[in-house]
Amino acid sequence: MATQTEIRDPGTPQAAAAQDVMIHAEGVIKTFGEGAGKITALDNVTVDIRKNEFFTLLGPSGCGKTTLLRLIAGFELPDRGQILLDGQEIGHLPPYKRPVNTVFQSYALFPHMSVARNIGFGLEMQGRPKAEIKTATEEMLALVQMEHLANRQTDQLSGGQQQRVALARALAPRPKVLLLDEPLSALDLKLRKEMQIELKRLQGETGITFVFVTHDQEEALTMSDRIAVMQAGCILQVGTPKEIYNNPARRFVADFIGDINILEGELQQDGGAVLLPGGASIGALLPEGAARSGKVSIAIRPENMGLTAPDAADASLTGEVTNIVYFGAGHNVHVALDGGGEVLVRRAQTDAQVGAKVGLAVPDAVQVLVD
Amino acid sequence: MAERTPTQTPATVASPDPAAPPPRRRRRMKDLRKQPGFDTMAWFCLFCLYAPIAVLVVFSFNDNRSVVRWTEFSLRWYRAAFENDGIRHATWISLQVAFVAMVFATTFATMAALATTRVRAFKGQTLTYAVINQPLMVPEIVTAVSTLAFFVLIKQVTGLNGIGFLMLAHTVFCIPFAYMPIRARLEDMNLTLEQAAADLYGTPFQVFRTVTLPLMAPGIVAGAMLAFVVSLDDVIITLLVGGPGETTLPVYIFGQIRRGITPEINAVSTVLLGLSALLVSIFFLIGNKRK
Amino acid sequence: MTDVTPQTATDARLAEARRQTMGAARRRRWQLLSPALLIIGLFGLFPLTITLVYSFLSPGSYGGVRWEFSTDAYVQFLFDRDIFDDTLSFSATYLNIFARSIGLALGATIGSLIIGFPTAYFIASKPANQRNLWLFLITLPFWVNLLIRTYAILLIIRDEGIINLSLIWTGLIDQPIGILYTDTAIFIGLIYSYLPFMVLPLYASLEKLDFRLVEAAYDLYASRLQVLRHVIVPMAKPGIVAGCILVFIPALGAYITPDLLGGGKQLMIGNLIALQFGGSRNWPFGAAAALILMVVVMVSLTVYVRYSGKEGNGRG
Repeated sequence: MATQTEIRDPGTPQAAAAQDVMIHAEGVIKTFGEGAGKITALDNVTVDIRKNEFFTLLGPSGCGKTTLLRLIAGFELPDRGQILLDGQEIGHLPPYKRPVNTVFQSYALFPHMSVARNIGFGLEMQGRPKAEIKTATEEMLALVQMEHLANRQTDQLSGGQQQRVALARALAPRPKVLLLDEPLSALDLKLRKEMQIELKRLQGETGITFVFVTHDQEEALTMSDRIAVMQAGCILQVGTPKEIYNNPARRFVADFIGDINILEGELQQDGGAVLLPGGASIGALLPEGAARSGKVSIAIRPENMGLTAPDAADASLTGEVTNIVYFGAGHNVHVALDGGGEVLVRRAQTDAQVGAKVGLAVPDAVQVLVD
Repeated sequence: MAERTPTQTPATVASPDPAAPPPRRRRRMKDLRKQPGFDTMAWFCLFCLYAPIAVLVVFSFNDNRSVVRWTEFSLRWYRAAFENDGIRHATWISLQVAFVAMVFATTFATMAALATTRVRAFKGQTLTYAVINQPLMVPEIVTAVSTLAFFVLIKQVTGLNGIGFLMLAHTVFCIPFAYMPIRARLEDMNLTLEQAAADLYGTPFQVFRTVTLPLMAPGIVAGAMLAFVVSLDDVIITLLVGGPGETTLPVYIFGQIRRGITPEINAVSTVLLGLSALLVSIFFLIGNKRK
Repeated sequence: MTDVTPQTATDARLAEARRQTMGAARRRRWQLLSPALLIIGLFGLFPLTITLVYSFLSPGSYGGVRWEFSTDAYVQFLFDRDIFDDTLSFSATYLNIFARSIGLALGATIGSLIIGFPTAYFIASKPANQRNLWLFLITLPFWVNLLIRTYAILLIIRDEGIINLSLIWTGLIDQPIGILYTDTAIFIGLIYSYLPFMVLPLYASLEKLDFRLVEAAYDLYASRLQVLRHVIVPMAKPGIVAGCILVFIPALGAYITPDLLGGGKQLMIGNLIALQFGGSRNWPFGAAAALILMVVVMVSLTVYVRYSGKEGNGRG
């Protein structure tokens, strides 16, 4: 029951108090093109982003995540809908009138300016005194550990260094919100991992709200305070990484993030339990607004399933091991269910043998999915 | 990679006679791109393009009136040309006209390029391109006589006169030349940079001044140089449109060549040629640097 | 209910912002375009209509026109008007000049193609870092004054020029072969003048040629000539068409080349037109000739645009 309040329906405004909300978007619609070529990039999106949180928009390419970011930055105007920043309506303002800064995917560093001038650019445009710009620039250079490169031209920097300059430049004017558009996608894996930690550190130190766009689910889970999963112009689910991972409310969310087993079942006891194909009945976690009876899909993570003897008391399902794949940190055990279908079980250690009959232990309560 | 593979395979197989076959095979692979005789033709083409100019330049330094037989190195024809009042006057006119045409053509071309690049398709776009490139599409002789006819009409009606007309005619045909490199430069520029500047609180004017203009500057310089060279080189339009006393250097040279060949003309031609070559070389250097 | 007011206010604000940005963009665009469009429209395009009008007027006694409608300018192309009894008899004089001009321009186009194609192919098959130098070398003469280049050609093909002198010196001939002031001289001059126009578009096409396709053709038993015919030339076709048009058009309207190398005796259309506005002073006839030249050029351009449009793989 407690979980039900945590899994929020995308349609309803969230329970956070108004003074905690940094960005409030409501009923935002954005389309591109006209006539037959018309594409709906955002389809009635409503979302709250809280102050001082690391908020991630996660989804496949074309899901509208970058469009939402660009609407907040002011590079596009919404067709309809409201965008409030700290209680002020900003949806109609040009980018230079919004206290919001962006780190671009391509970094977009000014090639004709030094690192220091790039970082001080925002303050320069705001007409701040020279001394203040100098101090702030030095502070930012220190924050991203680039003091020694202040006078370099930006084209002499490595990818990681450019990334740091882009961050410093966007943070220097102390925006209310920092928007990051897949900023790590151009970096190699090792550097990306470093920058993930670095970004998290910067967010903590500056206390600025970060809105981060990515298609990389692992990156989203690692860094975010909360994640919004998007698909086809809609936000499907908003929640903490743990909620998103363990209790995906929608089939798409479950599929998109990590490996997951999706099984068919039937709801019983007014939605309180679900009847598995093998005959076992276990607790059901229903998303808000879902039907309370009938056939449903349920989702169980491979690492939340256990292998037991086929006749053990906790064997809710039975099947036959078809394959065991070692992947370093553990084993993937593929099991063909007796009632049809296949599941994946992930165990650190296993003594199962291919061809052996096994029983499968499932959690006490499982997540029911909405399509 | 592809080239190395055939030579590597025999080596790793450790064939008993590894020396002979691989190099020949490799050479044939490289030759596949070539067509017989094409290289010769290319060098021949280059030779043909430069040999006549080389002869002209070499004989401009010849201390001999005949322009045929080489006698001795001398700068006497350059001195003669420099002291020739006709040449001096024509040079002065040429520089004035080219400078004015360059300034106006480059300014207008820059504005037009800003309006036509990196924008969504707009109504009248095709027509706009057609108008801007019009001077390139109409044969020069047609432009020349049409402009002449129009200017004579204006002069009759208004009584106006002067070198301004010639400058105006030059500005018209210089615009598309200035427009090309500026537009190319702008299209290479990423709009994200301007968005970043706007995101960092730059007003549209500030963004233009601090980001757009400095970044497009090499294109503007290149366009200005092309416009200058094109104006400096024009003969036909100037010949017909230019009034008395508005003889530019090429028109002066043209008149002299028709009358007979003098080494003095070789000297002036070499100077004009050197100036064009210099400006165009700078233009290419700018173009290469940006890539 | 409370939602209604802010929502409509938002919509109004958005509509206003959208109207402003779009209106400003449109206004700015036409402000930026107007100087270039105005100056070219007024002093480039409009004079062409004057030429059109003039071609239907009568010639003035000392140049210029008399404002009397007349189609004489066009009639004059094909017919001689007898000065005594005003009868018309067919005359091929001007038609010949047009035919010769087109012939010379076509010849120059084909000549440029024969020299230019191998050159462009050669440059395209060079390593990328050498290509720019080659392109530069090919383009540089183009930016050198056309007049000076023509003069340079004149210098070497004269009877006392380096070609004749060296031929006499080697004993191959004992009298100079008279090249200057012939069609051959004009032909050489035209190729020399417009060769870069052929090489550049050809190079642009060939540069994009994927040499793996050439390799694939060889792999499928094609000979060098077959590869050239069936792979390379078809892929370079847009460049060939563009190059031919770019050479043909200016060659057709050439003025300096026939004037200097043809010695004023071997006329081309360009000289004919200029002559009417100068020495022999029949402006309407000159205007008509200019218009006919324009029409030929426009037809060539249209063919080219149609063709490149149909190919759909122009340089965009």
